[in-house]
Amino acid sequence: MSAHTSNTMTITLHVWRQAGPNAPGKLEQYEAKNVSPDQSFLEMLDEVNEDLIKAGKDPIAFDHDCREGICGMCSSVINGVPHGGQVRTTACQLHMRTFKDGDAIYIEPWRAKAFPIIKDLIVDRNALERIMQAGGYTSCHTGGVPDGNAILIPKPEADYAMDAAECIGCGACVAACPNGSAMLYTSAKVAQLSVLPQGKAEAAERVCAMVDAMQENGFGNCSNHYECQAACPKGISVKFIAKLNREYQKALFK
Amino acid sequence: MRIFNSTVGRKLLMSISGQLLIIFVLIHLAGNSTIYFGWINAYAEHLHSMPPVVWVFRAIMLAIVGTHICYGVMLTLENKAANPTNYAVKRQLKASFASENMIWTGLLLAAFIVYHLLQFTVKVTPDVAWTANQAVVDVFKMVVTSFSNAAIVVVYALAMIMLFLHLSHGIPSFLQTMGWNNDKTIPVYGTAGKVISAFLMLAYISIPATILVGLLKL
Repeated sequence: MSAHTSNTMTITLHVWRQAGPNAPGKLEQYEAKNVSPDQSFLEMLDEVNEDLIKAGKDPIAFDHDCREGICGMCSSVINGVPHGGQVRTTACQLHMRTFKDGDAIYIEPWRAKAFPIIKDLIVDRNALERIMQAGGYTSCHTGGVPDGNAILIPKPEADYAMDAAECIGCGACVAACPNGSAMLYTSAKVAQLSVLPQGKAEAAERVCAMVDAMQENGFGNCSNHYECQAACPKGISVKFIAKLNREYQKALFK
Repeated sequence: MRIFNSTVGRKLLMSISGQLLIIFVLIHLAGNSTIYFGWINAYAEHLHSMPPVVWVFRAIMLAIVGTHICYGVMLTLENKAANPTNYAVKRQLKASFASENMIWTGLLLAAFIVYHLLQFTVKVTPDVAWTANQAVVDVFKMVVTSFSNAAIVVVYALAMIMLFLHLSHGIPSFLQTMGWNNDKTIPVYGTAGKVISAFLMLAYISIPATILVGLLKL
């Protein structure tokens, strides 16, 4: 279509390339040509990779999965902001129309001690899973399917839990935090479970275990910069960090 | 003990010690402002008539300041270690100059407090040397002579700018760490932090400034 071809852009990319976890890394420059404004950011990278493969070079390694903004796999710091800085948007849902012809784009991996680089833009985010394993569950008896309304949950509490449950665990909060802290992630999980009747029973053990796991896995301490909320593609509020702090204080006296 | 080791526990200690220091900043301002009513000598005399109270208070203050500085330095070093690699390009969305430089504004304030104590409590700085052979020090005279020196006033003004920066992040931050926060209060605390810190800065600077311009004299 004519509209498609007439609007194409040429973009200069500066991409972090690192062959392996212990290899030295550096920014390398690539030209992305014929970029359509309707392409997603990842589709643009796919095309750059096709050219690299055709030229016999190693394609840029980056994480991605659903490309619908719900799985939390994509993880690139684009021009200094995790996921590129469009409000409540994952990198896969960021479209090239937000850039101009001739723009330079810097693409880097999540940077934090707790997220070692595996290759190029891919980092190991298992530290987040280890926080989850420490307390992101409720213990319950198995058996017959319980009645849907056996436990009544007031609407405001259900909404609060759902707001916290929006977290897709991508780690943008850690990548944005000047302290490499996972407080927003941890607090979203703690808040979601501690407000619901099924999660209240283990609330004290949970908050202590998850905070300890965060610390043990190399994340820093929260110092309330609130960069996390601003970078979060799901807009998770730092009010959940306040909630975690309240839960933690209650746990201190148990 | 969990509170002394965990990340959230130590933040709570930072928050509580910080709140106590803010209360001290308010009481100290109230005490200092007696200079405007001509009561500062009476106020100083009253305080010094109760040495046990003064010394217990000083010991408590030392413990609070010590806690705040120790954990502040420890947490900052851990945070630097948790984020060792810098981005080639980094755009800040919400963090401020004040929030990113808490350690430096804090350490500068600590240095200022040492100077302030050496000057008006221990009385060993050159500008207060004349008080050495006085049986009872005329506090009003001491303050007015020292603040007639522009260089000293500049040091105090700079220190109060540090206080402004430190508290403009510190006030909303301690409320968040205590958990007294939600979506409605987050922006309110941000503004309140700036307004209260600006008030404290201006109120503290007003004393040396009033003396320097000659509105308060011997």
